[in-house]
Amino acid sequence: MTTQASGTTNDDRTTTNGTGHPILETARQQVLEDGIGLTQAQLEEVLRLPDEALPAALELAHLVRLRHCGEDVEVEGIISIKTGGCPEDCHFCSQSGLFDSPVRGVWLDIPELVKAAKETAATGATEFCIVAAVRGPDIKLMNQIKFAIDRIREEVDINIACSLGMLTQRQVDQLASWGVHRYNHNLETARSYFPQVVTTHSYEERLETCAMVKDAGMELCCGALIGMGESLEQRAELAAQLAALEPHEVPLNFLNPRPGTPLENQGIMDGKDALRAIAAFRLAMPRTVLRYAGGRELTLGDLGTREGLLGGINAVIVGNYLTTLGRPATADLNLLVDLNMPIKELQKTL
Amino acid sequence: MSAVSTGSTPEATIGSTAGGPLPTEDFCGHCGEAYDGGECPPSYAHQRCRERLAMEPPRYCAACRRRMKVQVTPLGWTAECSRHGVLAS
Repeated sequence: MTTQASGTTNDDRTTTNGTGHPILETARQQVLEDGIGLTQAQLEEVLRLPDEALPAALELAHLVRLRHCGEDVEVEGIISIKTGGCPEDCHFCSQSGLFDSPVRGVWLDIPELVKAAKETAATGATEFCIVAAVRGPDIKLMNQIKFAIDRIREEVDINIACSLGMLTQRQVDQLASWGVHRYNHNLETARSYFPQVVTTHSYEERLETCAMVKDAGMELCCGALIGMGESLEQRAELAAQLAALEPHEVPLNFLNPRPGTPLENQGIMDGKDALRAIAAFRLAMPRTVLRYAGGRELTLGDLGTREGLLGGINAVIVGNYLTTLGRPATADLNLLVDLNMPIKELQKTL
Repeated sequence: MSAVSTGSTPEATIGSTAGGPLPTEDFCGHCGEAYDGGECPPSYAHQRCRERLAMEPPRYCAACRRRMKVQVTPLGWTAECSRHGVLAS
């Protein structure tokens, strides 16, 4: 990857003549020129590229992102309104009440939520996602969400997204009517690997919520968590399954093994594998917002973070995550300045 | 609000301490285990914990080992021990 392939670089000027690998030659025509994402079998080839082909794969993914998404980077802050005590058994999650995790159950009060929304907006972020560790929201949580949305709207100019687990049709309709413009519900992993990660609900239940969200007119944010022991085939399967959902946004998480969870002894995934995954996900979904999410600090570090932004990523979660800390917001914002990547403005997201 | 060493991030400070003495570092903020008598806490055994505390808030009170109520926001965090008060980033 050359340093020329920065955010504002015109892709016509940085086109590499020949990528040196057949799947990348195919992707150049199919994805970059024709805008058609790679198939599962093709994605598997990308994930198996040798290290020496990785820079070319990232460069191509970056060109795809520039051509089909533009140069803007979408910045988002996320916050937990209800932490811990979740009845589900997602094996990666420290917020499950079924594991011996040190995370205690706690609710965030609305004034703190509004304060956090203000701080997030001050970073230039256009998205503020309110998250709850639940199977699905009950009436109490829905009332809290409505109240929170109203208070934030009164004081902060920012898009509000939610992530509240599995929804009923009535709840989907309520959230849409309250102006929630995007809803997050991750697939997390491939259908074939899902039973190894979650046993308290099914893949199909996740898909049902995703479908209802889209049908109601909300943008679907549907993400992945890789590095949980899935095979490369399953990683390709996940990317293809996400592409089939056509989500507006895909947050890409890398496992950060949490104490007390069944995956606490799973190693941190290799940084180059993570970068291959970034390129592959971009080549699977040329027009989707592909967001850096949790675990990138551990998996990629500072240098890898930069490489990913030059390899298909076009959105970041700024600052901290739900229970762990991220890079300082200023580090990411300064990096975007260094890369000449403008932050997406609010009016462009409305 | 006085700055104290917390076994977590260097910026962490402690707020209301319920009138008691400021906590000492008897326990690791990450794993909750006692420091093991190294030359200075955190001892070598908790070096990895200390590294992790650069990327996550403490979960255990360093003074009494109680699990703390932790709230993380995009630009900060707080960790509250019912006996020893609130740590904040």
